[in-house]
Amino acid sequence: MITSTLIFGILLISVITALLALFLETAHSYIADYGQVRININNDKDLEVNGGDPLLSTLIREKIFIPSACGGKGTCGYCKVRVLEGGGPLLPTESPYLSKEEIQQDKRISCQIKVKSDMKIAIPQELFNVREYRVLAERIEELTHFIKGIRLEILEPEDGISFVPGQYIQLQVPAYKLSSQPEFRAYSIASSARDHHFLDLVIARVDKGIVSTYVHDYLREKDELIARGPFGDFHLLESDRDILLIATGSGLAPMMSILHQIDYEHIQRKTTLFFGTRTPDELFYYDELRSLERRLKQFTFVPTLSRARSRDDWKGERGRVTELIETYIHDNAAVDVHICGSPPMVQSCVDLLIKKGIPADRIIFDKFE
Amino acid sequence: MNEISLATLFFAAIFTNNILLTNFLGLCPHIAISRDLKSAMGIGAAVVFVTTLTSVLNHVIYYNVLIPFHLEHFRFIIFIIVIASFVQLVEMTIDRYFTRLYVVLGIFLPLITVNCAILGISLFMVIREYTFAQSLVYGAGSGIGWMLAITLVGSIREKIQKHPNLPRGLVGPGITLIITGLLSLAFMAFSGMIQIQ
Repeated sequence: MITSTLIFGILLISVITALLALFLETAHSYIADYGQVRININNDKDLEVNGGDPLLSTLIREKIFIPSACGGKGTCGYCKVRVLEGGGPLLPTESPYLSKEEIQQDKRISCQIKVKSDMKIAIPQELFNVREYRVLAERIEELTHFIKGIRLEILEPEDGISFVPGQYIQLQVPAYKLSSQPEFRAYSIASSARDHHFLDLVIARVDKGIVSTYVHDYLREKDELIARGPFGDFHLLESDRDILLIATGSGLAPMMSILHQIDYEHIQRKTTLFFGTRTPDELFYYDELRSLERRLKQFTFVPTLSRARSRDDWKGERGRVTELIETYIHDNAAVDVHICGSPPMVQSCVDLLIKKGIPADRIIFDKFE
Repeated sequence: MNEISLATLFFAAIFTNNILLTNFLGLCPHIAISRDLKSAMGIGAAVVFVTTLTSVLNHVIYYNVLIPFHLEHFRFIIFIIVIASFVQLVEMTIDRYFTRLYVVLGIFLPLITVNCAILGISLFMVIREYTFAQSLVYGAGSGIGWMLAITLVGSIREKIQKHPNLPRGLVGPGITLIITGLLSLAFMAFSGMIQIQ
């Protein structure tokens, strides 16, 4: 008796829920139908699109690629676009990522605002150079126990990619167990910018990270993926001063590309790379960097370990990269500093350098979230 | 069967048995969104819509489906599901046609689902054995009563903000509770006029 009541009750609840869901779906198709709307870009180009979706994904469908690292979740704040008309009021999900000046310039977070009416937007011209690539995983190697290096061959378009050393691309993986739809994340390019047909990426495993888990556990050599780019303004600062590169973990990737640039452009500025990890087995690209150090006499490689154990037989530096700054960089040094790694590391390095009298415009950084 | 007349019930639901000021249900959005009159009116109107329709629909489901099949104890789940879907409908409509209001209400719009006043109204309707017409009137009346309470507090708070000499510790929820308490005392004076429980 109790069982039948229970089963019948559950059945009844399901039927009522299904009816209500049907009713809501019908209502949704009428109420949330925004029809065709027109997006005007830079007073120049007009796009006819279906309204109702976020601006970022609407633009991606039209092959206009706005930089974004989080994949439209509203957590990175990179996908800023100037919306001159039709953006609606500023949303509470946007305001944490926008400064007062940016709000005055009508900047909006494009993954958060929906296209509901005709819009006028402004996009920097260089973003039209961003393209979508069909890439093949040519080689996958284990750099450390949680970092993989993947080499991608660009299949399409045939003329490959042109980028500035330090820039990043968005790598997109297909839907799989962890995600019902394709997802993309940003990865800095480690390979030389002279090489237009291959990209080296350094991908650290992130706990429950959709893209990194796919790369670590599912991606096989010869698999095809989608990539978009290049994006970002991290680059080698131009001057006659010395060059300091500071990286931890996968933050080494853009530094590798910049070191290639120093090599092939025969830049003679004195260059130092601080690379911090925890243990010796996490020091990837070690042999490559040591041989580069032997070949380029202006380049010094200083690895440091924060958790070296006595049995590791480590003769190099110990401690964090900030301690290297304390030892190696004297006050008011004539140096351009390039930092890449976790946000807390970047922040503590910047604070320390400012305290040492390095002007803020000689410091450039890329925070890996 | 409850013998009370429709007009009396409607009046009682708004004034003598105001769901917020005498039963103290739905206080959370009341405190959060009563900062100014306009958004208070917005959330109030949304609540009136939801209470009216859900009390009617829940009445139909309770007496025509749950009672015949002896499934009265499922009423909590069913009532909440019905309320949740109507809130979805309201959210969709406000997002489409009143974008500014949608931004002001923010998270509190979907949270109407768990506004205890709304489930309270459906449950009172069952306990007090209202007829279909009585449920309609009671649902609408209680919704209007809740809207009345929040707009009163909203307009008082708007006036207070123009003369900001409040002690620091009272700013926000503190003064709102005090205002609501005083209003509640005033509404208590009505309660002798009609008894609907």
